[in-house]
Amino acid sequence: MNDYAIDVQGLNKSFGKKHVVKDFSLQVKRGEIYGFLGPNGSGKTTSIRMLCGLLKPDSGSGTCLGYDVVRETAAIKREVGYMTQRFSLWEDLTIRENLDFVARMYSMTDRSTAVPAALEQLGLTERRDQLAGALSGGWKQRLALAACMLHRPRLLLLDEPTAGVDPQARRDFWEEIHALAAGGISVLVSTHYMDEAERCHRLAYIAYGSLLATGTPDEVLHRVSLSTWAVSGPPAPLAQLAPKLHGLPAIAHVTAFGSTLHVTGEDEAALDQALAPFRADPQLSWRRAEPTLEDVFIHLMPKTNGAPQ
Amino acid sequence: MTMQAFSWSRWVAIIVKEFIQLKRDRLTFGMIIGIPVLQLILFGYAINADPKRLPTAVLAADAGPYSRSLLAAMQTSGYYRIDRFVANEAEIDELLAHGRVQFAVTIPENFGRKLVRGERPALLLEADASDPAAVGNAVAALGQLANTALARDLQGPLAELAPRAPPFDVRIHRRYNPEGVTAYNIVPGLIGTILTMTMVLMTGLAMTRERERGTFENLLSTPALPIEVMTGKIMPYILIGLIQVTLILAAALLLFEVPMQGNPLLLYLVVSLFIAANLSLGITFSSIARNQLQAMQMTFFFFLPSILLSGFMFPFRGMPEWAQWLGSVLPLTHFLLLVRGIMLKGNTVLDLLPHLWPIMLFMVVVIGIGLALYRRTLD
Ligand SMILES: Nc1ncnc2c1ncn2[C@@H]1O[C@H](COP(=O)(O)OP(=O)(O)OP(=O)(O)O)[C@@H](O)[C@H]1O
Ligand SMILES: [Mg+2]
Repeated sequence: MNDYAIDVQGLNKSFGKKHVVKDFSLQVKRGEIYGFLGPNGSGKTTSIRMLCGLLKPDSGSGTCLGYDVVRETAAIKREVGYMTQRFSLWEDLTIRENLDFVARMYSMTDRSTAVPAALEQLGLTERRDQLAGALSGGWKQRLALAACMLHRPRLLLLDEPTAGVDPQARRDFWEEIHALAAGGISVLVSTHYMDEAERCHRLAYIAYGSLLATGTPDEVLHRVSLSTWAVSGPPAPLAQLAPKLHGLPAIAHVTAFGSTLHVTGEDEAALDQALAPFRADPQLSWRRAEPTLEDVFIHLMPKTNGAPQ
Repeated sequence: MTMQAFSWSRWVAIIVKEFIQLKRDRLTFGMIIGIPVLQLILFGYAINADPKRLPTAVLAADAGPYSRSLLAAMQTSGYYRIDRFVANEAEIDELLAHGRVQFAVTIPENFGRKLVRGERPALLLEADASDPAAVGNAVAALGQLANTALARDLQGPLAELAPRAPPFDVRIHRRYNPEGVTAYNIVPGLIGTILTMTMVLMTGLAMTRERERGTFENLLSTPALPIEVMTGKIMPYILIGLIQVTLILAAALLLFEVPMQGNPLLLYLVVSLFIAANLSLGITFSSIARNQLQAMQMTFFFFLPSILLSGFMFPFRGMPEWAQWLGSVLPLTHFLLLVRGIMLKGNTVLDLLPHLWPIMLFMVVVIGIGLALYRRTLD
């Protein structure tokens, strides 16, 4: 067995004529937290499903926890914890019944202690006899997360685990993920949150089926040389400025953050030159800013051909 | 594919889960109790139905006193209501074909004279037997009439015609349904059809429901084996089927006084086998169908031939060979014979064997197909 929790090469998947995942290769080390990013419909969920045996790749090969992703799916399922993007526990079972069911499915011998412990950790002991369907969206998410970790998997595949979860719970979640990783568990987690991306050891960015960038957050950030200006000022002049900047060839994109606009371009000199006329406005203050991961991803996105239909 | 052993723990988990879900699904639960009760009331009416005053046409080629006595006796029996007199057979055909009359009586020429001469003239009764329940008792009543109606008229020198054989023959042509269905046929039929309907449908929805709600993805990501999921999911319904049968049987014995000649335990054994066969089919439909609607359509696609070709609706032996062949594949066909055999004839296991194995074979084949087609992935 090699050192990789996930080691796959050239996975492809088509639905009908639509080529959804193209030549997907990924290596996730033991104990690594690997962030999986990409726009909607880019193939994240499809890739994750291929990794845990829920979808059969059209071509490609590789291993998950040392088991072949095509032939040894039964073994993979036993040792992987997969959290689906959409809530997929049983809404007409109570919280405890759901956890009990999951524990039984993985033939856990310590079910009678593991389930109460999980409930306690979730803070749902009091509400254990409530139907899962009656939980709020965020709580459903937290229950699903607890359920997929219940059988102490060696690899977690989490598909947008924190979508709709409040900031405190998200922080708790990431703390726990880091603790698990420190204990040797590997995690592949898809997310749309940039702050979460920054908390991963490594990132993979996929768009329209193709893996565009992988590396540590820092590597990804510096993969493309971007320069960014932050403009701040009263709302009216800012609002007038934005449409004028859009469409200038040197400017890649303009993003509004409250009373600040981020103006990003690829070529620093060209950007400075394009912005020069606007810097005369006394109402606006200009300063150089660090490009963020989001700038990088937004920058990477439209370059790929084959946008979703 | 790495081989993996059947796990009792997972199997029990699935059974427990299905039980809990079923318990919380009020509508389905209502259906389980409601369908047998509702159908019982509907069919129960048919069992009790002893329709009287049925419209009757008469073609009287002899209008003599014997004919008149006979027609009067038919009227007073209560079953026949003589509405019209017709002039020829074509009219009779027309009236029967359009369902305007239930019966047509043809009194042949010289009926009275032949009767007196002891030639036993034939009286033709044509019945629209497309609704056999309506016809049965009336026809039986006429047989009685043949003996009694003319007793008063046949006196003196004619008395010798009266006691022995009936003075004239009654010939009955049951058109559209040569054998007719007896009332007792209905209870086994009812058990069979209700089970077919509810068992196939409920399990048919079992897997597609998971798929539609998105929980199938979760189930699929666990190490559960297809055989564990499929058999685990049908277990609770076996119990439900047995409850339904008990409801119907209790009503049949109490309300309709259907006899119970054989061993009740044997009956329940046969019923369990039949339930299992239907559940296997349902769960197989469920693995094939993409959504609940498709599962429902498949159920009805199976249900219709089951009713029509099993001998429940039409006598099995009256069907063309190919239909009999098709019918003998259906579990309901054998089930009807088994239940009738046990309840009405007191058959034992040995008598029943020829109809037990086809049901088992059906089940094995269907489960095999289901397992082969079970979706192990989300593709
Ligand atoms: N079962 C399926 N049949 C047909 N097309 C599918 C199926 N599953 C996914 N797709 C298509 O594959 C593409 C990728 O979908 P996928 O769910 O993997 O994207 P994603 O990256 O997870 O998106 P999101 O961020 O919205 O969750 C989409 O265009 C989707 O329409
Ligand atoms: Mg997704």
